[in-house]
Amino acid sequence: MKSSYDILVIGGGPAGALAAKTAAEAGNSVCLIEKRPAIGTPVRCAEGIGKELLKEFVKPDPRWISADIESARIIAPNGTAIRLDQAQAGNEVGYVLDRKVFDRELVWQAAEAGADVIVKTRATVPIMENGAVRGAKVLSAGVPADIRAEVVIAADGTEAQFARRAGLDTTVPLREMMSCAQYVMTDIDINAGCTDFFLGNEIAPEGYLWIFPKGNRTANVGIGISGRKSREGTRAKDYLDRFVAKNFPNGKTIEAIAGGVPVCRPLPCTVGDGLLVAGDAARVVDPITGGGIGNAMYTGRLAAQVASRCIEAGNCSKEAMMPYDTEWRASKMGAGIERNYKVKEYFVTLDDAKLNALADSIASISFSEFSVLALIKELIKRNPKLLLELKALKDTLS
Amino acid sequence: MLRINRDKCGYCGTCVAVCPEDALELIDAYLSLERECIGCGICARACPLGALEVVHEE
Repeated sequence: MKSSYDILVIGGGPAGALAAKTAAEAGNSVCLIEKRPAIGTPVRCAEGIGKELLKEFVKPDPRWISADIESARIIAPNGTAIRLDQAQAGNEVGYVLDRKVFDRELVWQAAEAGADVIVKTRATVPIMENGAVRGAKVLSAGVPADIRAEVVIAADGTEAQFARRAGLDTTVPLREMMSCAQYVMTDIDINAGCTDFFLGNEIAPEGYLWIFPKGNRTANVGIGISGRKSREGTRAKDYLDRFVAKNFPNGKTIEAIAGGVPVCRPLPCTVGDGLLVAGDAARVVDPITGGGIGNAMYTGRLAAQVASRCIEAGNCSKEAMMPYDTEWRASKMGAGIERNYKVKEYFVTLDDAKLNALADSIASISFSEFSVLALIKELIKRNPKLLLELKALKDTLS
Repeated sequence: MLRINRDKCGYCGTCVAVCPEDALELIDAYLSLERECIGCGICARACPLGALEVVHEE
């Protein structure tokens, strides 16, 4: 570890790894720090990602793909299933990853590109000079050190404390924090090529319960519920235990994890003087699906591209680095988050009867596209009154 | 006062992200109260596992 770099990346998840790799390939001196003693573990993720999205960033490799998904089912409270099939959709669905191996691979690629990687090292506070971030004070296996940098890319995940301590408010409102629990279960009867999403206020209030296969008889069985629905006796773990006792009484849990998924709007600004915020720390999670891996890789890479240009031009002020914020907001990802945020805000108001009625209205459809947008469009076609309730969406759907 | 039950805690950091005071810190594989807690209880609500409890002293 040197005491000074062009770019310091905080966090060794997909956002940090893509940032470090991209920055190193552009010829910068780069340091990536990870507070955990090992990259990729413990996992805090359901591990699903769309194939096309993944391929934009890394070549799929069987070493870190647990399952190839060909269909998905959305199951309404009354049991009505909306089915999406690869065969009829004509496009690809997704993978369930093995994040322990995947994250390690991405960080390895960053190291291969020339980035320094240091684990068990956490940033305690930013080094601030005249209001600008100039690096971080770190504890590296308990030993304090200063790492100075022209630009810090904060990719510190859901905790997002670095940006917060640099002056950006990253606090997630309780109602927009999905409180999640997940078991990796084995010896269970599942359809190994199909992901299941269960909806309903009795099953997963303001969220969903998922079964994401990781093999013939193995799956991530998990749940996310809104923080405002989480109380003693009705926590994510309680709902999950109830579902598992009913559906997989003889299954074996080989891993139990927890996590928080922010489904608020992205940070109002993801740039500061000498600072860029990427991935979950920037709150660029899809508010409907809770998916964040692809968005993390996209913003991590973009942050490094903008930082590289600004370092070369000798100006890493907030103003000079604002194109990062502008570009991701205008991107397909940014537009999708904004649209899905509005859809989410509507869907969390629905009771089970309404969810059932909506599901029944589209249960017999063959979907030509595999996406939230396609589902919403079909829902509106069958339920024209929805458009009145979803006024805010009119423009984004046209 | 915030009581952290480390046997229940899954060290996931959900509480850290909702704390309005930035008082919690997820270090390695344990959660630590590093700064003053105002006892608002938001973290205890958000916790997926029920590992946090605000204890009001008499």
